[in-house]
Amino acid sequence: MVTFYGSELPSRLMLGTAQYPSPKVLAEAFRRSGAGIATVSVRREAAGGEGGAFWDLVRELGVRLLPNTAGCHTAREAVTTARMARELFGTDWIKLEVIGHADTLQPDPWGLVEAARILSDDGFKVFPYTTEDLVLAERLIEAGCEVLMPWGAPIGTGLGLANRYGLRSLRAQFPQVPMVVDAGLGRPSQAAEAMEMGFDAVLLNTAVAKADDPAAMAEGFARAVEAGRLGYEAGAMEPRDMAAPSTPLIGKAFLA
Amino acid sequence: MRIMVNGAPREVAAETLAEALEALGQGGDTVATALNEEFVPAAARARTLLAPGDRVEIVAPRQGG
Repeated sequence: MVTFYGSELPSRLMLGTAQYPSPKVLAEAFRRSGAGIATVSVRREAAGGEGGAFWDLVRELGVRLLPNTAGCHTAREAVTTARMARELFGTDWIKLEVIGHADTLQPDPWGLVEAARILSDDGFKVFPYTTEDLVLAERLIEAGCEVLMPWGAPIGTGLGLANRYGLRSLRAQFPQVPMVVDAGLGRPSQAAEAMEMGFDAVLLNTAVAKADDPAAMAEGFARAVEAGRLGYEAGAMEPRDMAAPSTPLIGKAFLA
Repeated sequence: MRIMVNGAPREVAAETLAEALEALGQGGDTVATALNEEFVPAAARARTLLAPGDRVEIVAPRQGG
């Protein structure tokens, strides 16, 4: 079980709802992933738009919703978006994105902290999309964040854990803070690696939605997340350079 | 009066945000609104007065990552 802001979640896999080939495939991917949290967004609506249909679809998934502020580039924009999302989705959980760099979608640290403080003071449970930066993590925690979501790699790249040293340091520096590796994961093995490092959950979207068979990939990630978590909890052996026989030497028949 | 709705100019016969939503066919509860970049809760729409040139944003649930 993983706990975010006092709520226990049934799964350590969190899944996005964008880019699937069809609503049916989305629903099947969620079913096979066992994900307990779905990320969603708010976008401009024309009269008679599709918002109502999508709302019905995500409610039927039966999972907890985590609205995002994707695409926001200023704290002000993110705060207004978060408030609209809170009313629409009926949750005070918010995945806070304040983007600072167009090509990498790297968070703007200053805007992120400013928005996190305003939203935390306003009663939101903030899940900040952040980097592995230790000082930024400290500031976000001071601003009221009880969960951190460092990137594995830039959104949509599928590069996996681009900065292992940075992620290990972040994990070690704040052992009590629940952390989700969010973005950049492309393969189940990369999710397993994040879990083996001691991260509490992973959040992904493109890797599943853009797979040839999204539902099968969703299950693949679900198993990888469980495998990686078990590996972490079990405590892995230390690697060594020289071979060490696993079969006992004592008692071997003398046949030379 | 002429206001901006989701970035496009619209002519609406409305004094309040709630009336504007009705006039635009978006009076339902699956939208959230902002006026001049500030969030306006659903409960406040009926007492939120509009002025010419106001910027109204109307959003709904969508797919997200």
